[in-house]
Amino acid sequence: MDKFTTITGIAAPMPLINIDTDMIIPKQFLKTIKRSGLGVNLFDEMRYDDDGNERPDFVLNKPQYRESEILVAGDNFGCGSSREHAPWAIKDFGIRCVIAPSFADIFFNNCFKNGILPIALPQEAVDVLMKDAEKGANARMTVDLEAQTVTTSDGESFSFEIDPFKKHCLLEGLDDIGLTMEKVSAIDSYEARTAQQRPWV
Amino acid sequence: MSPKTLYDKIWDAHVAHEDEDGTTLLYIDRHLVHEVTSPQAFEGLRMTNRTVRAPDKTIAVPDHNVPTTLDRVDGIDNEESRIQVEALDRNSRDFGIHYYPVSDVRQGIVHIVGPEQGWTLPGMTVVCGDSHTATHGAFGALAHGIGTSEVEHVLATQTLIQKKSKNMKVEITGKLRPGVTAKDITLSVIGETGTAGGTGYVIEYCGEAIRDLSMEGRMTVCNMAIEGGARAGLIAPDEITFEYCKGRPHAPKGAQWEAAMAWWKTLYSDDDAHWDKVITIKGEDIAPVVTWGTSPEDVLPITATVPDPSDFNGGKVGAVQRSLEYMGLTPGTPLSAIEIDTVFIGSCTNGRIEDLRAAAEILRGKKIKDGMRAMVVPGSGLVRAQAEEEGLADIFKEAGFEWRLAGCSMCLAMNPDQLSPGERCAATSNRNFEGRQGRGGRTHLLSPAMAAAAAVTGHLTDVRELM
Repeated sequence: MDKFTTITGIAAPMPLINIDTDMIIPKQFLKTIKRSGLGVNLFDEMRYDDDGNERPDFVLNKPQYRESEILVAGDNFGCGSSREHAPWAIKDFGIRCVIAPSFADIFFNNCFKNGILPIALPQEAVDVLMKDAEKGANARMTVDLEAQTVTTSDGESFSFEIDPFKKHCLLEGLDDIGLTMEKVSAIDSYEARTAQQRPWV
Repeated sequence: MSPKTLYDKIWDAHVAHEDEDGTTLLYIDRHLVHEVTSPQAFEGLRMTNRTVRAPDKTIAVPDHNVPTTLDRVDGIDNEESRIQVEALDRNSRDFGIHYYPVSDVRQGIVHIVGPEQGWTLPGMTVVCGDSHTATHGAFGALAHGIGTSEVEHVLATQTLIQKKSKNMKVEITGKLRPGVTAKDITLSVIGETGTAGGTGYVIEYCGEAIRDLSMEGRMTVCNMAIEGGARAGLIAPDEITFEYCKGRPHAPKGAQWEAAMAWWKTLYSDDDAHWDKVITIKGEDIAPVVTWGTSPEDVLPITATVPDPSDFNGGKVGAVQRSLEYMGLTPGTPLSAIEIDTVFIGSCTNGRIEDLRAAAEILRGKKIKDGMRAMVVPGSGLVRAQAEEEGLADIFKEAGFEWRLAGCSMCLAMNPDQLSPGERCAATSNRNFEGRQGRGGRTHLLSPAMAAAAAVTGHLTDVRELM
């Protein structure tokens, strides 16, 4: 997995609540058997018209936001399905960090498996970051995972919370399966124990 | 011993390893797999020379992509869909996991097949690369959706890295009124809590109105726990649960059944267990409901009118404006005046036999409105066969419904069953998101009986008028 340490980049503002996984990547793009190449279809139905042409008023189509690396959004981002295609599409577009007042549980977990940092901050802080993001390409926001801070282009800084284990894995780019495999003896003994207690399982 | 919730008990029974900070390796008893969220996980195993640790606990069935028309025996036209289903065929064979192919009468929606075959049992941990895995919580099993990376993790290790969620109790007291169903309960709870109200929690549904539900109804309630943001929904197992499980192909038999029962009967929340949040709703206050917007929390009794954005606060004002524009609705319009083009009865929320019975009861001796497109998609081949045996299929067909083969169908439109732009659908499924049932399609969520009523009248209808 790609490491996440610090990024300084353009933040795209999406002041909409309940951005769901069907919006992030519509179902017709779930038919792939690969993880890559989904960035072009990120937010497909909002981004393109019925003929497949870009809608010029959609944020990621605007010249100043085409290289965005951060997304600032409304409450309950990523609600809906478990499709990991959503973080795959976000990452493939080039976005490494999503900031919102809250996230849906499965999407939140999926981000960490893909080197994306989801940051939950109070509404008031997100409001400030949203305003900063609206300034466009000249306003670069900085996210520092080690220090657990987001800093606006004006230097206003917000601290965020993160689970220490998840932070460690992101900073080091660790593979979960590899980590769990190191504990295989614990799994072996659990299986031996429960085979006695609950043989029907 | 300190008092525990049902969730605490199941969690404690599945801890394979716990770090000092509470990060836990949770053992997984059943891993359900479908064709959309698994190919990259199996590919990951191949690339790292890993195997499936517990193939006997891993069950696969194709459902999202499969056509539901009778001609599907001739193969799947859409190339990408066909490739995904073929990949599941191959992966199931190569890794030696249980498999119900499209041609098997037991094939169906993964969340209907699991319980039907007795794979899902009380006290288990159940995961699947699908958010509606919450369905299995109806058995008192800890069940939730996972992403593809976690699918690979479970395939390789039969565990998940987890932190414990908080406990929420949702109590539905007393009796339901006539015409009110499990779907109305679960939608009403989301209307109360909002789609993010359950985030960070595992919900246990309890109370007389829940206890009175059949297993089918309980599955409908738990299925939509995810729509309320919860990690999982649970209902404590009882005689109704045990009766449902008994004799299923993969349920324990003989002495093992007795041993299982002895444990299952301990699976309830202790009287003085700690709850981080409690919500109580009177069963008699719940009405038949429909959704009017593009979030499952946009729910109102059928007797209400389309709300005005100014009725809301904060970010919801803009969201409602956007919803009403997408849905083509004007504030103040009675919900029962909204005309419908299409009716869809099916999905993992409402594709079980009891759902088909409830819809058929309304349709008996009636015809659907002229020009209405209406389909019933049973949740599994066995549900379909049972409905045919009970004469329900004839009622649907005589009313003018299409009688389909099992699959996810129009719930998510990854297969040929889709809405056209602007087409308005009364659906028994679980999501009314923009584009969910097809680009530009408009979805109103409701119960099977309410869907049947709308099919007859041509508009959203209070089912109590047809009872």
